[in-house]
Amino acid sequence: MYRYDQYDQAIVDARVEEFREQTARRIAGAMNDDQFKPLRLKNGLYLQLHAYMLRVAIPYGTLDGRQMRKLADIARRYDRGYGHFTTRQNLQYNWIKLEEAPDILAELATVEMHAIQTSGESIRNLSADQYAGAAADEICDPRPWAELLRQATTFHPEFSYLPRKFKIAVIAAQEDRAALRWHDFALRIVKNDVGEQGFEVYAGGGMGRTPIIAYQIREFLPFAQIFSYLQAVLRVWNTHARRDNIHKQRMKILVHELGEEEFRRQVEEGFQHFLTLQTDFPQAEYDRIAAYFAPPPFETGPSAEIDRSDPEFALWVDRQTVAHKAPGYAIVNISLKPITGIPGDISAEQMDIVADLAERYSFDEIRATHAQNLVLPHVRKADLHALWQVLDAAGLASVNLDLVTDIIACPGLDYCSLANARSIPLAQKIAARFADMDRQLELGELKIKISGCINACGHHHAGHIGILGVDRKGTENYQLLLGGSGAEDTSQAKITGPGFDEDGVVDALEKATNVYLRERQPGERFLDTYRRVGMDPFKEAIYG
Amino acid sequence: MDNLLRFRDDEAHDEPAVSIDAFLGQSNATSVRIEAGEDARQLIPFLDRLALVEIDFPRFRDGRGYSSARILREAGYKGEIRASGDVLVDQMLFMRRCGFDSFAPAAPIDEAALEAALARFDYVYQNAADDAVPVWKLRHG
Ligand code: SF4
Repeated sequence: MYRYDQYDQAIVDARVEEFREQTARRIAGAMNDDQFKPLRLKNGLYLQLHAYMLRVAIPYGTLDGRQMRKLADIARRYDRGYGHFTTRQNLQYNWIKLEEAPDILAELATVEMHAIQTSGESIRNLSADQYAGAAADEICDPRPWAELLRQATTFHPEFSYLPRKFKIAVIAAQEDRAALRWHDFALRIVKNDVGEQGFEVYAGGGMGRTPIIAYQIREFLPFAQIFSYLQAVLRVWNTHARRDNIHKQRMKILVHELGEEEFRRQVEEGFQHFLTLQTDFPQAEYDRIAAYFAPPPFETGPSAEIDRSDPEFALWVDRQTVAHKAPGYAIVNISLKPITGIPGDISAEQMDIVADLAERYSFDEIRATHAQNLVLPHVRKADLHALWQVLDAAGLASVNLDLVTDIIACPGLDYCSLANARSIPLAQKIAARFADMDRQLELGELKIKISGCINACGHHHAGHIGILGVDRKGTENYQLLLGGSGAEDTSQAKITGPGFDEDGVVDALEKATNVYLRERQPGERFLDTYRRVGMDPFKEAIYG
Repeated sequence: MDNLLRFRDDEAHDEPAVSIDAFLGQSNATSVRIEAGEDARQLIPFLDRLALVEIDFPRFRDGRGYSSARILREAGYKGEIRASGDVLVDQMLFMRRCGFDSFAPAAPIDEAALEAALARFDYVYQNAADDAVPVWKLRHG
């Protein structure tokens, strides 16, 4: 894992003091709220329905036990004893006091963490493949590039007052676990025809009220030129985007208006210019960063045998663990979706337990996933049973990875000031309806994603089944969508028809699953069947 | 110009700035004003004739002017670049880094707050239009 040197630490420490001073000026009335708002947003601080929310950056979803323990400590001292993992691999606290926010940021800085650029019109905290460094299918670890870009995009003087937010993702595997093409700017590490590694680049994606899947803007970009290229993209957008309508300022809208070809042409022109400025980080800096991500000292030849005599444990192993690149090791997924729980929520006690387990069994590494779960990336198969017992006792051994109850849900109307409808109670109702384990396994992979408003933080456009909360004459109403994907087969979900009340949408969703069970052919997931048979049979069952 | 703040040693240039359109329509003006949304690259052929480019910020959150300033500096412009309009103390560090060297804010700036803001960060991560050395260079000499 990356560690701060004196420079990184000095920058983050200075940022804390800057925000402390800005907060003091706000509280003293030397600055109005309109002036303060972008400053606090760039430090992760939102004003929600009941309190301030603080969004802590977990760069590219990687953290260690010491950091997780600090998150627990903050949850206890400054919040109500829990935190919430988001679809951006970040952690949110929901009950923060403005005057304590600088102290919390100072606490985070003691463990090399921050909340820089986690909201506002800035280049956001990067996301990445949660299995990076462990996945059997990756061509390299994408995180050194993510860290290099984290530094390059932190406090970028030209691109800190952008038209809107700007989200970047980086992966290095065929399988897309990071919803790559739903980002403004996305990188997939590939090999070209002569065997060199570089980036395949996508641009102009995003969810929200105008969902657009990013297009491939460049087939191959040499590694060493990434910062020039990124700055060229940002400059085209920053200089040309509209500033008169907040709903039309994301980069995807500009790409759409200019057309992909013209956008690409302007980027290429700017790119040639940026190359002459020599702002790209040198190979030596990449090498310095990459050294921190060297593979941990895996044992050679630990036993690959797993004692499956306990059926509950065997079930968990089959569902929650994934192939690791090192023989004898497994990637462990920790579900934060217990049937009666709040998707993504975790208590301070559970955070401490995950921290202990990471230190004991996973080379001190933890990952957060965009599906609001956690991962211990490097666990010896021989340790799985001991690990599972601890998870089970802590309420962290739910078996539902990618199943119908592994629901992504945004905070919705329970917390969010922009919400039209509640997401959490709906997720709980759906989970309760489908709680039966056999039924979940029978339905197989089925990704349900719920957003409490058109902003789409719950990724409903990318759900195999998506649910969108809307306001219908002052009451909460839910639209059902089918056929989305955030994986390598990216697609945008389509609305089935008129919306439902809370119970109605659970019924409609169940009917959709029944159509799948009736129509499916061997080996088909829900999404495959939907793609083959189309919307009609589902509509018929739901509205007929 | 009561609030004018300059980070240059030369005399303030007091010829009133003309619009880009007026300038390009064969004027002999030596000061030009760029409104948000206007393309600073139009001035590149004429930079040696210019002493002052004023870049307007209609709202402090409108970040187009940062690119305009940096584009001019990248093209070698050495004259004054002045940020005018809704210019606030908390944005001035990044403006300095993008090449602004004078400020005509609509409301007065607290000098102590400005001094603190400009001195806050000892290190930066990336090159810009100023001479701050990025940390990758410090790390590798
Ligand atoms: S989708 Fe809407 S309701 Fe949900 S968190 Fe985002 S802004 Fe709030």
